[in-house]
Amino acid sequence: MSGYLLRRSIGALIVMWAVATLVFFMLRIVPGDPFAAMMADAGDMEAVEALRRKFGLDQPMYIQYLKWFSNALQGDFGTSIYGARVPVQQLLLEAIPRTLSIAGLSFIIALIIAVPAGLIAATKRNTGWDHGVTLFAFLGLSMPDFWLAILLIVFLAVNISWLPAIGYEPLSAGFWPWLSHLILPAIAVGTGFAAIIARMIRSAMLEVLKTDYMRVARAKGLKQSTLMIYHALPNALIPVVTVIGIAFALLMSGAVVVENVFSIKGLGRLLIQGILNRDYPVVQGAILVVSAIFVFSNLLVDMLYGVIDPRIRYDS
Amino acid sequence: MTALLEIKDLVVEFSTPGGTIRAANAVSYDVNPGEIVAVVGESGSGKSVTALSILRLIPDPPGRVCGGEILFQGENLLQYNEEQIRQVRGRRIGMIFQEPMTSLNPVLSIGRQMTEAMRLHLGLTAAQADAKAIDLLKLVGISDPESRLKAYPHHLSGGMRQRVMIAMALSCDPPLIIADEPTTALDVTIQAQILELMKDLCRRLGVALVIITHNLGIVARYADRVNVMYAGRVVERGGAREIYRRPSHPYTIGLLNSVPRLDRPRGSPLDPIPGNPPDLTLLPSGCAFQPRCTHCTAHCAAEAPALLPLGQEHWSACFESEGLYGVAAK
Repeated sequence: MSGYLLRRSIGALIVMWAVATLVFFMLRIVPGDPFAAMMADAGDMEAVEALRRKFGLDQPMYIQYLKWFSNALQGDFGTSIYGARVPVQQLLLEAIPRTLSIAGLSFIIALIIAVPAGLIAATKRNTGWDHGVTLFAFLGLSMPDFWLAILLIVFLAVNISWLPAIGYEPLSAGFWPWLSHLILPAIAVGTGFAAIIARMIRSAMLEVLKTDYMRVARAKGLKQSTLMIYHALPNALIPVVTVIGIAFALLMSGAVVVENVFSIKGLGRLLIQGILNRDYPVVQGAILVVSAIFVFSNLLVDMLYGVIDPRIRYDS
Repeated sequence: MTALLEIKDLVVEFSTPGGTIRAANAVSYDVNPGEIVAVVGESGSGKSVTALSILRLIPDPPGRVCGGEILFQGENLLQYNEEQIRQVRGRRIGMIFQEPMTSLNPVLSIGRQMTEAMRLHLGLTAAQADAKAIDLLKLVGISDPESRLKAYPHHLSGGMRQRVMIAMALSCDPPLIIADEPTTALDVTIQAQILELMKDLCRRLGVALVIITHNLGIVARYADRVNVMYAGRVVERGGAREIYRRPSHPYTIGLLNSVPRLDRPRGSPLDPIPGNPPDLTLLPSGCAFQPRCTHCTAHCAAEAPALLPLGQEHWSACFESEGLYGVAAK
C-alpha cells in the first residue's frame, strides 16, 4: 500500500510539473505583455522596459523558467505584478478555502440528491419515480451553472431574501454565516453533478440487480432495504466512484464560473482576473493548485476502490 | 404421507419480442418430506422456471405466473404477499443456484453472507450466527472455517463456493432445498463430491431436495423420483430405478440412449435425439415432441397426450407408452 502510494504520488508530482511547465510557456507564447498593456495609454516605453527588467521579463525564456521553477520548488510563487504586488501565496491561501468550500459543499449536496435518486430510479424502474429522476437529470445536465446561479439569486436571495446573494464569510466568522453564503453557489454547481451521478447510479444498479448474487440474496429472504443498500449499492458504486473522482475535478471548473456570479474571490476569480491582466505569477500559481487538486482527488478515488471492493489490493 | 411441496397445473408465461411463450404449461409434481426428487430436461424445458416460481423469483416483467397452485406445507405460496413469501425464502425453503462463481456477492465477506439470513430469520445474535456458520462450514467440508468467515468469495474456488452456497441454504434449517443445476458449472470430480455431499446432508438432516438437472447420471445416482420435462410439460414421472429400467416416453428413451456409455465399443457414435430443442414460440399442434419422435402417429399431431398412470409409481404422457412400457432402452 505505501509503495503504491509513493509511486502514485511521484506520478502526481510529475503531472503537476508538466502542467505548470506547459502553462508557463503558453502564457508567454500568447501575444501581449502585462506591462505594455498597463502602460499602453501613457506610451512610456522606458517605464515599460524598467518594469520588465524589475520582474525579469527581459531575460531569455528558459532563464525565466528556471528561476520560476527553482523559486516554486521552495514555495515561492512570486508576487502579483498587478496592483498592490501581493505575494501569490497569500492570494492562493485566501482563495483556496473558498473554492474548496464551494466544491466540497456542492459535492455533498450532489451525493445527497444523487444516491437516493439513483436508487429509487433503479428499483422503481419505468414508473413515475424513474421518469421524475430522468427529467431531473435532463434538466440538471442541460441547465448551465451560471444560469441556475442567477435564477437562485433572483428567487431565493432577492425575492424572498432567505440567503445572501453574493460574497463569502470565512468559517472563523461563524458556521452559519459561512454556510449561508455557500448554499446557493453549491446548489448551482452541484445540480449538474447530481444529475450525472444519479444517472450513473441508476444504470449501474440496473446492471447489478440482474446479477446472480442478487438473485441469491433475494432467495435468502432478505428485506428490500438490505438488498439495495448492503448488497447492490456497494457493487454499483465501483464504476460510479471513477466518475465521481473525475467529476469532483469538474466541480472545480464549475466553481470558477459560479464564483464570478456570486462575487466570491476564489481560485476561479483569481485565475480569470490573472488571465485578463496577464498576471503571469498568479495564473501559474493558481493553475498549479488546480492541477494538484485534480491529481490528488483522482489518487484519493483510486484508494477508495480498495475500500469498496475487497478484490482490489495494492502491492500484492 | 402428505406431500411437503405440491405443484399443481402451474402455468408460467414470458412475454418476448417474438410473442408470449409458455415456459411452464400445466406442470405438476410433488415432493415428500426428506425425499430427493429430480427434475430433468434440456434447456428451455421449463424445469428452472418452475423451480424459480416456487419462491416467486421469476423476474416480472417479463415473466408471469398465470395459473395453478404451489402448495407448500398445505399453503398456496402463489397467494402469499411479498412480505409472506420473503419469510418463506431462505427460512422454509433454501435455494442453491447454478453458478457458484457469480452467486456470492463479491464485496461482502463469506461470514456476512452466511450469517445475515440466520440473524434475520432465526433472530440469532452476531456471535451465535458466527458459531453456527462455523459449524455449517465444517458440515460442508470446508477446512479452517473460522478464518473463512473473514474471507471474500474471490479467495475461494468454485467447488468451495458451492459448498458455501449449500451451507447457506441449510443455515435456517429449512425442510426443503431446491438446487437449480448445482453442479453444471463445476469440474466432473467436484460435481460428484458436491452431489454426494448434498445427498448425504439431506439424508442426515431429513431435508427434502429438488434437484434440477439435465444430467441423467445425476438422476440415477442421487434421486428417489424423477420428473422428465419437455417443452414446459412433465412428460414422464416415476421412481428413479423404474424410469431407468422401463422408460416409456420416447423423449426419455432418447435421453437415455444419448448418454455415452462405457459398455459400448470405443469410438461408436452417440445416438442423439434428432432435431432441435423446441422453439416455444412455434410449438406444433398436439404433442410438442412429435416432430422429433420416431414413434409418432397421426394421433400425436391432433391431440396432446395427458400424463397418465402406466404402472405402479409410473406416469407417461405418450399415446404409444403402452407399447413402449417394458421395452428397455437400447
